[in-house]
Amino acid sequence: MSANSDLNIDYLANLARLALTGAEKEKFSRQLGDILHYVEKLKQVDVSGVEPMAHASPVFNVWQEDAVRPGLPVDEALRNAPAQRQHMIVVPKVVE
Amino acid sequence: MADDLNYLPAARLAEMLGSGKISSVGLVQSCLARTKAVDGRVKAFNSCDEAGALALAQDSDQRRAAGQARGPLDGIPVGFKDVIAVAGQPLTCSSKMLANFISPYDATVTEKLTAAGAIPFGRLNMDEFAMGSSTENSAFGPTANPWDLTRVPGGSSGGSAAAVAAGEVSLTLGSDTGGSIRQPAALCGIVGLKPTYGLVSRYGLAAYASSLDQIGTMARTVEDAALLLGAIAGHDERDSTSFKADVPDYRAELARSKGRWRLGVPKEFFGAGLDPEVGAAVKAAIEHYRATGCEIREVSLPLAAEYAIAVYYLIATAEASSNLARYDGVRYGRRSAKAKDAVDLYYQSRAEGFGDEVKRRIILGTHVLSSGYYDAYYLRAQKVRTLIRNEFTAVLRDCDALLSPTSPTAAFKLGEKSSDPLAMYLTDIYTISVNLAGLPGISVPCGFTTGGLPIGLQIIGRPFDEAGLLSIARHYEQAHGWYSKHPSL
Repeated sequence: MSANSDLNIDYLANLARLALTGAEKEKFSRQLGDILHYVEKLKQVDVSGVEPMAHASPVFNVWQEDAVRPGLPVDEALRNAPAQRQHMIVVPKVVE
Repeated sequence: MADDLNYLPAARLAEMLGSGKISSVGLVQSCLARTKAVDGRVKAFNSCDEAGALALAQDSDQRRAAGQARGPLDGIPVGFKDVIAVAGQPLTCSSKMLANFISPYDATVTEKLTAAGAIPFGRLNMDEFAMGSSTENSAFGPTANPWDLTRVPGGSSGGSAAAVAAGEVSLTLGSDTGGSIRQPAALCGIVGLKPTYGLVSRYGLAAYASSLDQIGTMARTVEDAALLLGAIAGHDERDSTSFKADVPDYRAELARSKGRWRLGVPKEFFGAGLDPEVGAAVKAAIEHYRATGCEIREVSLPLAAEYAIAVYYLIATAEASSNLARYDGVRYGRRSAKAKDAVDLYYQSRAEGFGDEVKRRIILGTHVLSSGYYDAYYLRAQKVRTLIRNEFTAVLRDCDALLSPTSPTAAFKLGEKSSDPLAMYLTDIYTISVNLAGLPGISVPCGFTTGGLPIGLQIIGRPFDEAGLLSIARHYEQAHGWYSKHPSL
């Protein structure tokens, strides 16, 4: 496990597509440093030969019939779109 | 003043509806009047669909008059945590990100409840995206604890707990990822049930940490919790982690309970950090079980007690960073007006839409999943999770259920822990391991502090043995009747 100083807030904010202010970066770095220090204790546990657990439900390989069924009508699917035109979502220009 | 209906359990309201003593319209009007009288101070609700609720109540009364009532929940108002979809109603997750979002469809639990005739009454406040333990992380302001308005109701389902405690509605739905139903239930003096992972469909629940999230019930009494659980449980092919379990008539099972259970008491859950008054009340409840013929065994859960919070904050934040990537300002949710270009739209919309705790967890989750750290953090946490689950499986082989405090303290002051995330995380120390193991857990009131604040007893059951868990909870509840005490508002 890593030392707290390994938390690179600029790199992470970029990966998470999150614009942070200078004050936020300073505050979150400090608070997350405390939390990372706390979770260091997991190093004490012997996990050799232990299978990781993704979730607790005893279900595996859930299959469904590939059947056509009613979906959300276009108007409903677009009702929360911030900007739309002719049944399409409008975004800022992507390609110059 | 509360009227005659405000503090009646839903099972009693159902009887009165059935015998024609009250109408659904009258009941909804009573809830609306109470909400108007107290919610300016409690702030449990983000919004309330007054006209919609009254229209559905009229439909219910007509069905009943025609002899077509759909069962005990027909005509009874139910509050929804503002994270569960009701078609045509707001779904904000108490976030600026979704401040104007209207659900285009129903969650499975909503479909089931409306099919049973229940009335979606309003949207209940919560910590933003269910991240928090005090409801102070709501973008719309905190909810207050009805027992002391200067204190938190717990969280993240704080609105769902406070609305029941304040007499606004008798039944609410919450969601529980690390204690978010049980802890506020304890702090507000009500019954909160987190079912086994997979018993209740998560379809239509806005995702926080998908391997831990579970919808559950909040109510005045264990019987009401059984009534509501029976209406929402069951397999759903739209949730791939939904389990094909039998759904018994939980309420009928209560009457069949045999008593004389073998109950385990995890000794590590009574150590440092536990408030002495809370510990004493929980121990008195344990003595009640012993005195009424139960076998009490001390058990040990060393890994759960020591490592659950660390495991949780790695797994939950990893899943959250992935789940919340969908809020990008493109298809729905807040879109920044300041964006310079298409990519900047993501950065600015997310910066404007999310509050501090959500940003913190996204950053932490991004870190633990990032290249070079994944094995050390996320994978190791998943392995310790396996060990914690195995530890519970072993003790539940010889015990029907486990008894512990729900929360280490009674309700704390608004603002007391809000600047120290780690201190806030530690308030979930007894509840979090139950989510990691996927087990059912319930909090039932077990007394009050000398300052008049409610205390909760947590009972942890075997997977899919909600019937047994509810019977064990009811056994204590009936002997003590804490539910007959109400806050003066």
